[in-house]
Amino acid sequence: MATRKLTRVMAQVGMVMNLDKCIGCHTCSVTCKQAWTNRAGTEYVWFNNVETRPGQGYPRRYEDQERWRGGWVRTKSGGLRLRSGGRFQKLLSIFASPVQPELADYYEPWTYDYQNLISAPLGDDFPVARPKSLITGEDTKITWSANWDDSLGGSTATAELDPIVEKLRNEANEQIRMEYEKSFMFFLPRICEHCLNPSCMASCPSGAIYKRAEDGIVLVDQDRCRGWRQCITGCPYKKMYFNHRSGKAEKCTFCYPRIEVGLPTVCSETCVGRLRYLGIILYDPDAVTEAACADEKDLYEAQLDLMLDPYDPQVIALAREGGMPDDWIEAAQRSPIYALAKHFRVALPLHPEYRTMPMVWYIPPLSPVVDLLTKQGHDGEAAGNLFGAIDTLRIPVSYLAELFTAGDTQVVTGVLQKLAAMRSYMRGVTLGTGRDPELAAAVGMTPDALEQMYRLLAIAKYAERYVIPTAHREEAHNLEELACSLDYEDGPGMYESGPFGEASGRPVPVAIETYSALKERQRADTAASSEALQHRAGMLNWDANQETER
Amino acid sequence: MNAVDILLWGALPYVVALVLVGGLIWRYRYDQFGWTTRSSQLYESRLLRIGSPVFHYGLFVVLAGHLAGLFIPKAWTDLVISQETYHLIAFTAGTIAGVATLLGIVLLIYRRRTTGPVFLATTKNDKLMYVVLVAAIVFGMIATLTGSRTTAGMEVNYRETVSVWFRSLFIFQPDVAAMAGSTWQFKVHILVGLALFALVPFSRLVHAFTVPLHYLFRPYIVYRSRDVVVPTASRGRVRGWDPVGTLDRDRKTR
Repeated sequence: MATRKLTRVMAQVGMVMNLDKCIGCHTCSVTCKQAWTNRAGTEYVWFNNVETRPGQGYPRRYEDQERWRGGWVRTKSGGLRLRSGGRFQKLLSIFASPVQPELADYYEPWTYDYQNLISAPLGDDFPVARPKSLITGEDTKITWSANWDDSLGGSTATAELDPIVEKLRNEANEQIRMEYEKSFMFFLPRICEHCLNPSCMASCPSGAIYKRAEDGIVLVDQDRCRGWRQCITGCPYKKMYFNHRSGKAEKCTFCYPRIEVGLPTVCSETCVGRLRYLGIILYDPDAVTEAACADEKDLYEAQLDLMLDPYDPQVIALAREGGMPDDWIEAAQRSPIYALAKHFRVALPLHPEYRTMPMVWYIPPLSPVVDLLTKQGHDGEAAGNLFGAIDTLRIPVSYLAELFTAGDTQVVTGVLQKLAAMRSYMRGVTLGTGRDPELAAAVGMTPDALEQMYRLLAIAKYAERYVIPTAHREEAHNLEELACSLDYEDGPGMYESGPFGEASGRPVPVAIETYSALKERQRADTAASSEALQHRAGMLNWDANQETER
Repeated sequence: MNAVDILLWGALPYVVALVLVGGLIWRYRYDQFGWTTRSSQLYESRLLRIGSPVFHYGLFVVLAGHLAGLFIPKAWTDLVISQETYHLIAFTAGTIAGVATLLGIVLLIYRRRTTGPVFLATTKNDKLMYVVLVAAIVFGMIATLTGSRTTAGMEVNYRETVSVWFRSLFIFQPDVAAMAGSTWQFKVHILVGLALFALVPFSRLVHAFTVPLHYLFRPYIVYRSRDVVVPTASRGRVRGWDPVGTLDRDRKTR
């Protein structure tokens, strides 16, 4: 990238997901749906969905941009152009969006006629709860859903339709085997990428989609959206949804009401695998377009170049000049996103070739390689076996490369080797066979760095996974959660438990209880007792750090 | 010229203009959330992709024809082309555009009636709007095809009656006599048209007033500062949060 003079520094929230830890339980999807899309008009909408790869994803084959025309393409002159067409073309085709997915491409949402189970007259047959369409209310036949091919279910019939499987077969002549013993799979949770160069925003004729200057969260102004639907085509991840009742576009909000008060998003908070990391990065907004114009193979590096070093005095000075509070700069320095994406270089962007500069990063799973080795009877965690296997088992690596590096297998191999080296190194520590500095050196890291990475990835303490600065203090009195804190001398962070447990004592506003009780409990090493949690209600209060009922 | 004429052609246009302008201002201030095309493309795309562009582009040509016919005085065009040539061009282009618009809307209504989810999303307001809209187009076609002669067989040029009256409205000196001298076909078309204008702010037709032309000029990436929402103790009615199972056409909110 050409050296340009840095004149502005902005902050962007980001997420990293460690795919090796995802067990595909869909808790993130369910809690997200409960919080955000459990409404008329959004029955089919999943701001967060978990798809099994190989698989078609949701909506079906959304990655096939020849068909869905999402994201950006580079023009012959080296500029950027929306794949779905320029401004004039978009306005001319506004009366019927040429490539908008239909409900059938997502699925027809349904419920069951549970009432029939208790109201059916006595008879010889067991009453059944028939599926009813949530669109028409009529009986329906369930033929597809947001995760129909979960855990490779039915994949012998449908996985060949995965656009990446198709591409690998056509271009690299690599067959991905779908027989159970020979296949591989992993889970890919997806939310809105909150891109630095969002093509949904560029597609919106009304200008209703905006990026928040403070934290980079991409939102749809519900009052300015007029339902032209171009954003749905524009987003290559198909994370823009049409609310068929209100006639407006809706999307993942990065749970901004929670983020503003320092709480993690619902999907992160409720993740049982604790695989999500939240933090902010500092970036140069004036360099984004140029970075998005890079050669396809350089896009990953160009995206990393946008992330500024939060310790660089010039960056700090410019950030302060732009009005960024000190706690934000400090949060950027402790950011797990910066650490995993840029410092350790183990987190990769999803489909950088769409040129939207996505800000949700993925640590590619080592598990397909380990699993395949174990199936073949090898010790899946020995360093020699793993290093060799990453290179020889080309299919998972090239599949991962199509997802995360626009097909560059070298980058993926490098990341997987780091993860493998970390496993083997820590195995040595645990088994007492010693710290092997050669293992670290083999992947270009120091033993210290490997152990730091291990701490962040494997120990993954709550306070290290989520480094979320709260919204600007000078405006904080306007924010609901903190507004209540003015009534309490000690403030939300200082709130103490009453004599009978965490939530006892004099009644406190719900907002304060949510904020401080949750924070205290999340940072504790032991689970809270169920007595301490009585009077708690609502999914938003739920987290994985509580005892189960026996 | 009688009292009815004065009421219809002297007073009614101003009432409609007030309703239109006042209604638009009201809706823009108090119902931004409801200001949308309410697209049904999610449910059905095949027929929409034919019907909708045919209807809308047809409508644009029709609109251009109306503006030319109503605003350009006959005396001006007489300097350039003869009345016969003008009429031939206007008649041919108008009929083609009118037929296209009509075919488009018929296809859209057919789609709306036969596609289950689309029909279920159709409100009473929509149905009324479709009746008035189709009536305006149909009577417009009738006026174009048969409106040039009175029942007595006398030739009437709309550019010497309707257009003169229309222009006189803007200087607040309505030429009621000019309009009263027109044929019943034009009169009915204009009355239905006025009804349609009055309906615009209160129906989905309102989307026409937010044609996003500024898209051509705005930057691709929009940065905006965080909205500062002052918390309220009870939120009462929150639009867009109706429970699952509420039908699209059900306009009541909790």
